[in-house]
Amino acid sequence: RLPKTARSNTPPHIYITMNEDLKEMLESNKESLKLEAMKRIVGLIAKGKNAYELFPAVVKNVASKNIELKKLVYVYLVRYAEEQQDLALLSISTFQRALKDPNQLIRASALRVLSSIRVPIIVPIMMLAIKEAATDLSPYVRKTAAHAIQKLYSLDPDQKEHLIEVIEKLLKDKSTLVAGSVVMAFEEVCPDRIDLIHKNYRKLCNLLVDVEEWGQVVIIHMLTRYARTQFVSPWREDAVFDENSEKTFYDSEGRRVDQSKPYIMDPDHRLLLRNTKPLLQSRNTAVVMAVSQLYWHLAPKHELSIITKSLVRLLRSHREVQYIVLQNIATMSIQRKGMFEPFMKSFYVRSTDATHIKTLKLEILTNLANEANISTILRELQTYVKSQDKAFAAATIQAIGRCATNISEVTDTCLNGLVLLLSNRDETVVAESVVVIKKLLQTQPSQHSDIIKHMAKLFDSITVPMARASILWLMGEYCEHVPKNAPDVLRKMAKTFISEEDIVKLQTVNLAAKLYLSNSKQTKLLTQYILNLGKYDQNYDIRDRTRFIRQLIVPNEKSGALSRYARRILMAPKPAPVLQSAFKDRDRFQLGTLSHTLNSQSNGYLELSDWPAVAPDQSVRIVEVVELAGAPLLGKSKPGKSAEKFYSDSEEEEEEEGSSSEDSSSSSSEESESESESEENSDDSNKSSSSESDSEKKKKTLKNKKLQQQKPDILNITYLPPQIIQKALLLFIMTKFFSIHIVLAFSNQFVANCRCSLLCLCVFLACQFDAVSWHVRVSLQASFPVFVPETSHELLHRMTGKGLSAQYRFTRQPCIYGNSMVSLQLTLSNSSDQALENIHISEKSSTGQNIHRFNAIERLEPQASVTVSMGVDFNDSTQAANFQLCVSIQPAVGELLLPITMTEADFTKEQGKLLGMNESSATITMTPENISSQSVNRKVVSVANLGVIPSSQENIHRRCLNLTKPTFWNVIKKTNCS
Amino acid sequence: MIHSLFLISNAGDLFLEKHWKSVISRSVCDYFFEAREKAVEPDNVPPVIRTPHHYLINIYREKIFFVSVIQTEVPPLFVIEFLHRVAETFQDYFGECSETTIKDNVVIVYELLEEMLDNGFPLATESNILKELIRPPTILRSMVNTITGSSNVGETLPTGQLSTIPWRRAGVKYTSNEAYFDVVEEIDAILDKSGTAVFAEIQGVIDACVKLSGMPDLTLSFMNPRLLDDVSFHPCVRYKRWESERVISFIPPDGNFQLMSYHISAQNLVAIPVYVKQNISFFETGSSGRLDITVGPKQTMGKTLECLVVTVHMPKVVLSANLSATQGTYNYDPVTKILVWDIGKLNPQKLPNLKGSLSLQSGAPKPEENPSLNIDLKIQQLAISGLKVNRLDVYGEKYKPFKGVKYVTKAGKFQVRT
Repeated sequence: RLPKTARSNTPPHIYITMNEDLKEMLESNKESLKLEAMKRIVGLIAKGKNAYELFPAVVKNVASKNIELKKLVYVYLVRYAEEQQDLALLSISTFQRALKDPNQLIRASALRVLSSIRVPIIVPIMMLAIKEAATDLSPYVRKTAAHAIQKLYSLDPDQKEHLIEVIEKLLKDKSTLVAGSVVMAFEEVCPDRIDLIHKNYRKLCNLLVDVEEWGQVVIIHMLTRYARTQFVSPWREDAVFDENSEKTFYDSEGRRVDQSKPYIMDPDHRLLLRNTKPLLQSRNTAVVMAVSQLYWHLAPKHELSIITKSLVRLLRSHREVQYIVLQNIATMSIQRKGMFEPFMKSFYVRSTDATHIKTLKLEILTNLANEANISTILRELQTYVKSQDKAFAAATIQAIGRCATNISEVTDTCLNGLVLLLSNRDETVVAESVVVIKKLLQTQPSQHSDIIKHMAKLFDSITVPMARASILWLMGEYCEHVPKNAPDVLRKMAKTFISEEDIVKLQTVNLAAKLYLSNSKQTKLLTQYILNLGKYDQNYDIRDRTRFIRQLIVPNEKSGALSRYARRILMAPKPAPVLQSAFKDRDRFQLGTLSHTLNSQSNGYLELSDWPAVAPDQSVRIVEVVELAGAPLLGKSKPGKSAEKFYSDSEEEEEEEGSSSEDSSSSSSEESESESESEENSDDSNKSSSSESDSEKKKKTLKNKKLQQQKPDILNITYLPPQIIQKALLLFIMTKFFSIHIVLAFSNQFVANCRCSLLCLCVFLACQFDAVSWHVRVSLQASFPVFVPETSHELLHRMTGKGLSAQYRFTRQPCIYGNSMVSLQLTLSNSSDQALENIHISEKSSTGQNIHRFNAIERLEPQASVTVSMGVDFNDSTQAANFQLCVSIQPAVGELLLPITMTEADFTKEQGKLLGMNESSATITMTPENISSQSVNRKVVSVANLGVIPSSQENIHRRCLNLTKPTFWNVIKKTNCS
Repeated sequence: MIHSLFLISNAGDLFLEKHWKSVISRSVCDYFFEAREKAVEPDNVPPVIRTPHHYLINIYREKIFFVSVIQTEVPPLFVIEFLHRVAETFQDYFGECSETTIKDNVVIVYELLEEMLDNGFPLATESNILKELIRPPTILRSMVNTITGSSNVGETLPTGQLSTIPWRRAGVKYTSNEAYFDVVEEIDAILDKSGTAVFAEIQGVIDACVKLSGMPDLTLSFMNPRLLDDVSFHPCVRYKRWESERVISFIPPDGNFQLMSYHISAQNLVAIPVYVKQNISFFETGSSGRLDITVGPKQTMGKTLECLVVTVHMPKVVLSANLSATQGTYNYDPVTKILVWDIGKLNPQKLPNLKGSLSLQSGAPKPEENPSLNIDLKIQQLAISGLKVNRLDVYGEKYKPFKGVKYVTKAGKFQVRT
């Protein structure tokens, strides 16, 4: 196939040879050549030239070890996969493999590319990969998964339901890295599923400051929409905003907004406003704008002023930023002048500004004008009129006109100023002035007949059609004020009628008709002449108008009642035009959006709903039972009632509530400032929960009884101190009880400890006796953990673990591998002097309980340590936890030995059996200071596990040892007298 | 979000395209070219252009148009801010952001764009992270790479990407630890004919160059923080401490960055360091005009004015200028109609003066308005607002770093109306 060369001027044959050359380079064995070829291909892609026939040659390199080459191949693949679907499939297996790579960067980039290949056949593979990646350990990979959701959705919208499930899961993620991306996916896939946000609302508000800046923008826009559906309007006309209302909101117990009471803001509404406020100081202009629009749409009017400074600050930024910000300020300044009035001077125009910036600034200045500042503004506008940029000068004249109509005090001043402009040399300025004067005169014609006369005089010199038409209209409309000039103007027009523009002709006909009615004596003939000219005009509009006017004003036998009213029809008083801002109706769009900028609804614009009359249920957002860091800030003291209610809830709910409060506790502890606070809080709540746990205990004893009936042979431990239980467990394990069923009913911290110790023992023993499988049944009715243990516990002592020691810690964070899993952090360290290899959890698991294993650690160097996380599914505390930790340890020979005690005679006897083939001997020369028996003993024992057999001969030490077959060591010390 | 990006030179040459979703034909840029033609000046191109199926959001920087293609609703500032970030990254990587450097480094540009956006949503825009993923080109490195065949691409995920302080990489080491801060203030002013300020305010930034090992936690405090009216910070600054104690507490990014920008309230009286006596007039007859400009020091706080430049945008009818300057050089470009008078250091004893005649296009009416003057200047060792850094403390690390603060005042948008 020949490549398309439509876009390049290169003749096709040159093109082919060039690509042949690249193909050869790609097929060579040298990495550097391949890389060079790929770089050139990327250059082609960048220029928009076609390189798709190289596809097979490029795809071969997808599994390259060279990371740069690989990345460039990815770039190529994403660009052309759509066109070469079949060949693209060849690369899929490479990505599937890379998805399992231990390096998170490779996992993430594999997912990125896999999801960017727009080949419909691989949708199921993508879906699977996304689901997997959404539970990945690395937040970076999870972020990539969130991006992949959008890609898959655009490729195949049928996957929506499945994708929403993943979004729901990822929304619960508490990593700041993921938050922005998943909200973006939410906005794209299911922006109407507001219900998914409820539970995450407070978390998002609290995380917001730490999210990366691009995510902040997306989240703020989403929360703006959310808040408009969930809270009642803070803009009540009669709202009383006194000091008290602030106070009552902080202390309020009842949170129902009663219609008759003064408005009390929902604490969640307040939370959003408070947490977004610091972002006004962001260096990212998009973030500042997003917060500003949030305040504009959500904040009580009296709090709005804080956004002003920040918006004005943005005007220092790039031209394009200024443009958008000024547009938004223009819309705001129509509704609320007061906000920007103190900063009026910031909107002064510089001669170096771009035209669209100038016009916007002018717009804002006009909006800000009031009685107090109008003189300053007019003085400023006067300098603009003289600008070299004539389009801008014309816009200024319009602005002066608007000021004049809006503020009656200055109407005369403005009018006089505009009249002066009529003698300006520039035509556009004059024309614009005439048009504006016409509009102004309509408001008060009687006082200004001299201006109209002046304009009649100017008429000859003005050539711009719009201006001429405006003067003609004025003449006709107010012909009674200028009885002498008007017929004269008509006379002149009769002469030039045929050469005028259409718009001027129409106004001439109008003028003629009006004069005919008011002053028929002087103008009858002129009018008929003009009507005759109009009758044969080329333009049908003019012909129509002429016919209509003639029938209306000239009385004849056919004309009926209408001509009697001609005067009333034509000379009816007309309402003065209202000069309005072009930004008047822009506030129908959410500020800061593309639709607002374009003043028309763009694709995918999400309407901002009106405030609900009555707030929807607020409890949907409650995710925690005892508020942690947020509690004092939120001003909510938890009523005792609801706590009780909680405890009588069903078990599953308890679990869920528990895990989510874990979530919030850890997220709040990220705010370093409130950390200590939250610590105290959690301590408090810890106490309270243990005191409240009486009812709990009762319930659990009941359960115990049930369990006892079911399994009478199971050991039942209740109400014992932790140490005893631990010891008991140890005993049980030691005596090889394989199945232990423990029902624990203690305070949650203790439960956690027990869980730890059980696991500890289990793992410990699993290490010791490889093939033995242990069933530890732990029945836990844990209430929510309110305390995250900081200390880690010994899981495997280095002695028992042959150098491998392990510490474990319950992170109490919701396990990312699955909702029902408990996450566990293991710190494995190697205190031996050899490297340990291939540490992993055995694949064998007897009862099929779900354990998410950590990736096998290939090698652990001496004195090194590594931390891994794993998830264990206890299946809501009724299933057994069971796993084996496997370590490959390559021991030194000496460690394989075991000392045996025997007499010297026996030793000699046994040794005698092993002479010959089994014997080996070596001689070591030692320095004199090392030859004492102690030092030799020490040395030998340090390398091998040996025992000493007392010997009769002084310089012979016998050692004995055994593993499976006895081995005997004879250390004979020969004193060398040299 | 951002569907595609096209880079177009000032001359209208489309020299790079990149797509993050499916490919959009470059013919979409025809709408841009149309708008570009209509605008005459590149500055006047509207930043947002609507086409039947797409929206084009563009910025103009360093004589390059960055044109992005959008398909659905998105906050326009989001895109604009991102495009500027892209331009800044190029500048950071290649020293300057121009058509030639981009063409020369097209592979790195492509790799960067690939990392900066995923599916049109920003992924990594922090310079420190990008530099760990894709190392910037240096002569030495490109030499080494060609010999050893090693690559510019990092193999592991940058540490910053995962931490809560994405702006700093882990394991930074320097033999000499140093932290320098430049307080740069710019005076924005409009002076009217008589020399009185119609509008004047001070905008300042603090640029930092921090080369410190480990994870230092810095605190910068001012003698007079109340001066600062409105501030915006680099994400590293802890806003709450500023709110409560008026100190700037932060873990700095490695290398150069802008710590904060601030605004001195317009209520404070702004010292105007320079005055201009000007007389530009055009004669009714004879197609000529006269120009006489003298510049002198006003409130300079005893410092010398340096790098003084006066720029005049002449009316279109001015054909040439025949002037003589007592100090410095002048240059009139008849194409752009810009007169630049580069004065240099201002000597208070002997004030610089530019005088002479202007010749106009014959037959054309005399210009309506006199051109306004734009002034550029620099004052070393002075922050015109009086802002002073009190001290810098380093916590979390044991070493004693070199510390330094430099003050500079510049003219920002400083315009004299005539």
